[in-house]
Amino acid sequence: MKQDIILAGVGGQGILSIAFVLVNSADKKGLYCKQSEVHGMSQRGGPVFALVRMSDKPIYSDLIPVGEADMIIGLEPMEALRYVNYLKQDGLFFTDNTPIRVGGYDFERIKSAIEAYPYNLTVDARHIASEAGNKLAVNMVMVGAASPFLLIERAYLENSIRTLFARKSEDVIKVNLTAFEKGVELGMQLKFEKSTSGGKNLP
Amino acid sequence: MRTEILLGDEAAALGALHAGIGGSFAYPGTPATELQEYMFLMKRNYPGVYIEWSANEKAAYEAALGMSYIWKRAIVSMKHVGLNVAADAFINSAVTGVNAGMVIMVADDPGMHSSQNEQDSRFYAEFARVPCFEPSNQQEAYDMTLEAFRFSEEVKLPVMIRLVTRLAHSRAIITTETPVKHTPLKKGHDWKKWTLLPANARFRFQKLTELQPELAAYSNKSAFQKLSIPENGASTGVIASGIGYNYLMENSDLASLPILKIGVYPLPGNLLKSLTRNLAEVMIIENGYPFVESRLQSIVQNPSLKVRGRLTGDLPATGELTPDLVRKAFGKKTKQPAFTVPENLVVNRPPRLCDGCAHKEVYNILDEIREEFPEMTVFSDIGCYTLGALRTPPSIESCVCMGASVGMAKGAANGGLTYSVAVIGDSTFLHSGIPTLLKAAGDNSPFTIIILDNGTVGMTGGQDVPIPGERIEKFVAALGVPEEHVKVLIPIRIHHEKNVQIMREELKYRGLSVIIARRECIQLVKTKLKKQKKS
Ligand code: SF4
Repeated sequence: MKQDIILAGVGGQGILSIAFVLVNSADKKGLYCKQSEVHGMSQRGGPVFALVRMSDKPIYSDLIPVGEADMIIGLEPMEALRYVNYLKQDGLFFTDNTPIRVGGYDFERIKSAIEAYPYNLTVDARHIASEAGNKLAVNMVMVGAASPFLLIERAYLENSIRTLFARKSEDVIKVNLTAFEKGVELGMQLKFEKSTSGGKNLP
Repeated sequence: MRTEILLGDEAAALGALHAGIGGSFAYPGTPATELQEYMFLMKRNYPGVYIEWSANEKAAYEAALGMSYIWKRAIVSMKHVGLNVAADAFINSAVTGVNAGMVIMVADDPGMHSSQNEQDSRFYAEFARVPCFEPSNQQEAYDMTLEAFRFSEEVKLPVMIRLVTRLAHSRAIITTETPVKHTPLKKGHDWKKWTLLPANARFRFQKLTELQPELAAYSNKSAFQKLSIPENGASTGVIASGIGYNYLMENSDLASLPILKIGVYPLPGNLLKSLTRNLAEVMIIENGYPFVESRLQSIVQNPSLKVRGRLTGDLPATGELTPDLVRKAFGKKTKQPAFTVPENLVVNRPPRLCDGCAHKEVYNILDEIREEFPEMTVFSDIGCYTLGALRTPPSIESCVCMGASVGMAKGAANGGLTYSVAVIGDSTFLHSGIPTLLKAAGDNSPFTIIILDNGTVGMTGGQDVPIPGERIEKFVAALGVPEEHVKVLIPIRIHHEKNVQIMREELKYRGLSVIIARRECIQLVKTKLKKQKKS
């Protein structure tokens, strides 16, 4: 039993918070896990990329070999696409659909590239997060949407979200949990069917 | 026994705290910063421990050495290039030796994720002739730090821990031990050991040299080295050091080869010989320069043994290793990626200065007068403002090492360049811009230094600077730079015209002028506001 996950986004989007939620949950469940991240200059709006590996057996490498990731969770579509070579043939490609543009960014073509992957889900997570009470909770919407496909049960994830925001107010915890639940609802509706013409794409 | 989820950096920090340190000294630098950040986070649980962001790595190193002198354990941490700055103290402290245990944690950056080079600190450890530990995972980062303190005291030498980015910035669960209490202060007594007059130094250096076989013996029997020779008669073996071992073991079909995992230096000669005795070839996997690869034959002296690795091109000569690169080195097929990245769609996302960053306005000022002073050359330094190189046209023309901007601008001005400019942050200036300024003030060299004073070490996440910026102008004036050429300005749009005029005048001035552009880092302002809200 093992799962390798790639998290991708832009500095400041909360990639490392997702990483914390996943790792903390995996630990509480008694799994081995490793989580590595690339940041540094990314604080200045560059790409942020984190890897989470969990398994019931000890894990050696902090890096995931190319073509072996079970899932990509993106907080920005082009950033998610940047690591698609890590994804397995039957891997899941989840991403928020709000582009953070730079010169040469072609959103339409990026969107159709993503829709061609067998198991993809693009989510208007920003909108959903706003509904939950904070547009910055995009990251929690995305973990929620991915949660039905994770090795770890929801209760672990919810507890980790509480731990993550433990030092903040009850309100902050509530907003983030709501964002998470809204993501879960989306994820639960997914029934992937393999198709060559593109996967299922929910609004 | 407890478990924690920690970064490699944090695991080493906790190891030091559990080893009963009296102090931790550091200068921030990716990927080492999180060690000291963690110390600050844990401060209230360890009240007796002194923790500081030092002025630079050499200052940090010497302070740690001073603490060891009074028989309190101390750790000093820095990124790899920081060791260049601390090298004088480091190399000589191997000759003096230490009293209480002293550990130096250096984080190397293979692949240059955020550095100017990928120098490998193991060469420094060898050069200074001190032991070095190279953890392969977070648990070892913790365990090795504990052991490094014990061993440092046993052999009375400073001991290095070498981390790499991928371990420093990767989290895993570790199990910890019961902390040791730190020892009470004792005055040093052995002045000869510590006073490196040539006669003493010769004696001490002899001692250091005589210690080497003991270090090698320790390395040979250390539990951190792991030799496994399966009875399958394989003729190809592997030596894997530090995190390189993980990339090997990730490939389960390679795990049954004869393998020596190296975690401690100097190199374990006996183990190297045992491994290679019956081998026709050996692959060396190290996430750094080819250190083991270049030393191996001089130890095993086996001309029929084929040594492969980075030098032979089996692994790339530079950059970070990966499980896939290791796989390829053995001629094994790597998994074909199911999907390829659509390169035409995935464009570069270069890092950029924060919205509202003061540095931008300083560059706007320089951009405006660039045409008036076509010969103007802007030498820059290490910090967020290095991103000025990515503007069109580039606002700066160099970035070499901490403090280099001042020296280069001075040298260029002394060589006859008119309108030579140095752009340097407050922290970088205090780190190593001062010595060059001293001479420039002494001979009134004709150039302009712009100190970007944002009150923090911005690029590494906002660490403290040693003194408030307001003291810089007094200091500069006290060195003899005429007061009318020490200018303080606020780099903000509404002052633009005024600031451009100041810049113009100071460029024209044919002596040393210092312009201090002072406005707080936006991120620092944000954290301050958050703290205010809380309280
Ligand atoms: S962190 Fe501070 S100094 Fe760095 S770019 Fe942002 S505002 Fe500027």
